[in-house]
Parts: sequence; structure tokens; C-alpha cells
Amino acid sequence: MSARDAPTVVIVDDHQLFRAGVRAELDGLVEVLGDAADVQSAVRCIVDLQPDVVLLDVQMPGGGGVQVIRDVARRRPAQRFLALSVSDAAEDVIAIIRAGARGYVTKTISGPELADAVRRVADGDAVFSPRLAGFVLDAFAGTGAPAPSAVDPELDQLTAREREVLQHIARGYLYKEIGARLNISAKTVEAHVSAVLRKLQLSNRHELSRWAVERRLVD
Amino acid sequence: MSAARPHPSQPPPLRRDREGAVLGGVCAGLGQRLGIDPIVLRVVFIAATAAGGLGVVFYALLWAALPAEGESRAAGLRVPRVPGGRDSWSVAAGMGLLVLALLLLFRQWGLWVGDALVWPVVLAAAGGGLIWRQSATAADPAPPADEPARADRGSALGRAALGVALVVGAALIFLYFNDALRPARDVLLPVVVVLVAGTLILAPWWIRLVRGLADERAERVRSQERAELAAHLHDSVLQTLALMQRRADDPREVAGLARRQERELRAWLNGGRPFGERGTLAAALEVAAAEVEESHGVAVDVVTVGDCPLDADGEALVAAAREAAVNAAKFGGPEPVSVYAEIGDDRVEVFVRDRGPGFDPAAVPPDRRGVRESIVGRMRRHGGEAVLHTGAGAGTEVELRLERGR
Repeated sequence: MSARDAPTVVIVDDHQLFRAGVRAELDGLVEVLGDAADVQSAVRCIVDLQPDVVLLDVQMPGGGGVQVIRDVARRRPAQRFLALSVSDAAEDVIAIIRAGARGYVTKTISGPELADAVRRVADGDAVFSPRLAGFVLDAFAGTGAPAPSAVDPELDQLTAREREVLQHIARGYLYKEIGARLNISAKTVEAHVSAVLRKLQLSNRHELSRWAVERRLVD
Repeated sequence: MSAARPHPSQPPPLRRDREGAVLGGVCAGLGQRLGIDPIVLRVVFIAATAAGGLGVVFYALLWAALPAEGESRAAGLRVPRVPGGRDSWSVAAGMGLLVLALLLLFRQWGLWVGDALVWPVVLAAAGGGLIWRQSATAADPAPPADEPARADRGSALGRAALGVALVVGAALIFLYFNDALRPARDVLLPVVVVLVAGTLILAPWWIRLVRGLADERAERVRSQERAELAAHLHDSVLQTLALMQRRADDPREVAGLARRQERELRAWLNGGRPFGERGTLAAALEVAAAEVEESHGVAVDVVTVGDCPLDADGEALVAAAREAAVNAAKFGGPEPVSVYAEIGDDRVEVFVRDRGPGFDPAAVPPDRRGVRESIVGRMRRHGGEAVLHTGAGAGTEVELRLERGR
């Protein structure tokens, strides 16, 4: 891929070592415009540099990635974010997706895979790691009864196909492998994933989800 | 009142209810017919009795007129309770006003024993009713489904307190009307005045003291937590880092160490549950994956949806999944192995998948018992099944399925 059509990226993470590592891994695959270590400088950096995609850490001092998304959204509502985190606590991950991130990958992801995920987010698709797919299935699991306060019950349930696609992602299949298994095109798989992302961001279902309930009972 | 609105379901016939009875079951039966908490009716009867003795007459008439309830009582039919929440207060206020109107009517007609007796008795009856109902609810072994068990403990407490206040107030009014309070007042007044003055003087100190104690306790908890965190990091992370520095020449070993430490730290962060506890199916799968990862040096990523306690069938499922993961790690090459478990209410599914070269199951010699015995056979013995999806170059996926709650 030539440098011209490589997507541009800003990396936001409070660990200097990690930023340097991601930069090195993405070298030549995407164009890294800059990086930032805290919420304020990240917002400034993103608004100034206008990257295609922001690689965003979930947990940072000063409000974390969710705060960055909120602050940027006011000045640059179309900005695309990809959450990149070591955290695998369901609350953190679901919170940042609901704030507006278009995907979540763990920091153990390899360089080429990360570059591929960045490219997909830049194209407007959603990127679900197996773990995120698991969280989403968990969040929409249960009796299937929609949330009582739901405006639109459509939003509170996954279709059978969407569930099937998520299960395959959780099982470690790539989009094109899923397409081949389900006899649909990779584009259709992406459409399903984007639909799930939309439901996740608009539904109130997650507040009733199993892990949220458990967490409240335990604490 | 007597023309009770027809219930959606046919209301029970008007009878005395022996089971719910306090005296003769008249109020309980009436309450069931009218859809009112019998406690309310009892208060009305007591009030009518206190006012001029009419209550006793009515009660006796009804007792004589109504047939006692026989065997025909439908099982599961419950005396409706006054609805909870805000509704219960409006119902209570309405009933209170009705009783008041009734009493004033009696008073007007001259069916009246005297202010000094009637008002205290009415108040005491209302308060007693509240307390009674409270204790009856508490003693009820199986609260009906529409009354959430823990729903409003606060309002329950409030009701009990109101009941106590009513009864105490009734007692005081009775004493006051009978002039029994005068000597007590002479003693009480100075005591109350001194108490109020003392409170005003001491309150600021006391508040500061309480607040200081709370701060101190919070600080102590914080420092304890910090010490615990430091101890944990020292025992785990620092030890591992030291080990990794010494093994820096063996990348596989270092990766394994880092991976194990990561698992432990995550488990600790996510629930304070020490890693390696196998109480649930998901936890047992994680442990099995960690063991495979350590012994074979291939990353095993586990994603679980839902969870359930670990039983004998679950143990078998975990053992089969472990065997599948071992095969995947051995033959599936260096790529990570994916383990996905979906634990639903009626079935558990586990998928173990690698991206290796795959193989032809028919070509496996019959003396190789790994897949046949440890996976397929084991699942079948526990009422489940195992399906193998593989093909040359397509990776391998083992699908394990187990019905739950058989």
C-alpha cells in the first residue's frame, strides 16, 4: 500500500512506551500523524491534525477515552475512534463503544492486524474483537424480554443472523471466513456488525445485562 | 363501598374466612370479597365499636348471617393486600377520612361514649393495625410475586414507626383526657428543657467527633488497601519481572511468564477472585486454557458468555475442551488457539479452534485415541456430543455441546 492512500492515525495513550511500540509496529502500514498522553492534549491534537482514525486507550487519567470522545465530538462529530486497551472489564469496553468508538481491540493484537482494523474503521466499518463480541452477546443475552423503558424494542434484541455473526467472531473467525461459512459476502458480514454496533450504542439493554446486574449485586 | 366493582376474575363469594380470622373471620371474609386488606375493615369495626357499640352489633349480625368457609376455598387464592408504594398511602388516607366521617356521624347522632375514650381507641386501633400488618407481612413465609421481597424496607419501617407513633399518641391522649399527665408534666418539663439546652451546647462537638471518626476510619481502610495492593504487586508482578530479566535469552519462556502473570493480574483486578479457583464453568475453562498455554507455549484465548456452577457434566466438558485445546496447540501451529464458550440456561456450547493445517479425520489410525476417547467418547458418556470440523488447510474446530438441567 502506498503512503498516499494509507489512513492517517493519532495515538492516544498515557504510556509513552506503548505509544512508541504502536508507532513502530504501524510504521509503513498507516501514517501516524502524532500522539498524545492525556485528555486535553489529545483533544487539541485530534482537532488540529484531523486524522482518519484515533487509536484510543480506554483508561487514562482525567476521564479516560470516553472523555476524549465526548470533547472531540463537540468540535468534530464525524471523527472515528478505535479503542485499544489492555482492560478487559466489560463495563469499560461497553462504555467506550457506547460513547462512540467504532470498535475495540486488545493491545496484544499484532501490527498488521491492527493496521487492518484501522483501515476498516477508516472505511466506516465496525471492528469487533472476539472478546468484544463475547461482551456484546452477554449484554444482549437473557430472556429476550426488551428493557421496559425501551423506545424501540427493535434495538433491544439481536437478530438471529447478527447473533450468528457475533458468535463466529467470538470463535475467532475473520470476516471473510464468516462470509464463506454463512454463505454471505464479507460486505454483508460488515453490515451485520455495523448494525450490532448501532444497537449497542442506542439501546438501553446493556443496563439490564447480566454482568451489570452481577456487578451491582457483588458490590 | 358495598357495591364492590366486579373483579376481572370472579370474586369469591361472601363468606367468613376461618383461615385468615382473628376473631370470627368476618373481616377476613369481607376483605376477600371486597378486595380490601382485612386490617382496614378491622380498624373500622373497632372504631364503630368504640364510638357507640354499633361495631359489636354489626359484627355479631354478620357473624351469624355469613356461612363459614368450607373446603371450597380455592387453593392459592390470597387475600388482596392494599397496593404498595404511593397507592397504599392514598388508600390509607381515604379509609382514614371515611372512618372519621363515620365517627362524626355517630357523634352527631349521640351514639357516643365520650371524646376521652373514642379518639384514643380509634388512633390506637389504626396504629395497632399498621404494626399488626407489618409483622404479618414479615412472618409471611412466601410473599406473593407482586410484592417484591426487598422492595421497600424503608417504607415498611416508616409504616411500623407510624403505627408505634399512633399507639403512643393514643395512650398520651387518653392519659391527658383523664388528667393523669399533670403530675408527670411537672417532672417532665424541666427535664425536657435541660435536655434541649444540653443538646444545643454539645451538638457541634458531637458532630465534629463523629465526622472525625468517619474520616479516620476511611483513611485506615485506604491505607490498608494500599498495603494489600503493594503486597500483591510485590508477590506477583515484581517476582515475575525479576524472573523475566533472568530468562531474557529465552523468548518463549519470557512470553509464557508474561502471559501467566497477565492472567493472574486480570483475575485479581476483575473480581478479587484468586486465579485458579474452579467454582464455575467459565473459571474452570480459563484455568484449563492457562495450563495448556503453559505446557505447550501457544496462546489460548478464552471468551465466555454467561456462566454456571461447575457440576460433573461440566467437569467432563472442561476436560474435553482441554484435550481439544491440547491438540490445537500441538498441531495447530504458532497462531493462538481460540476457545469460545456460550453457557445458556438450557445448554452449553464450547468451540475450540486453531488456524493450523487441519487434517483428515478418516486418515487417523484407529489406535490414536485422543479425539475418539477423550473428546467424542467423553462427551457422549455425559449426554453431550462433539463434532469435528476440519479439512486440509482450513484449520480445525471442535464443537462441544451439552444439554443442561437434564
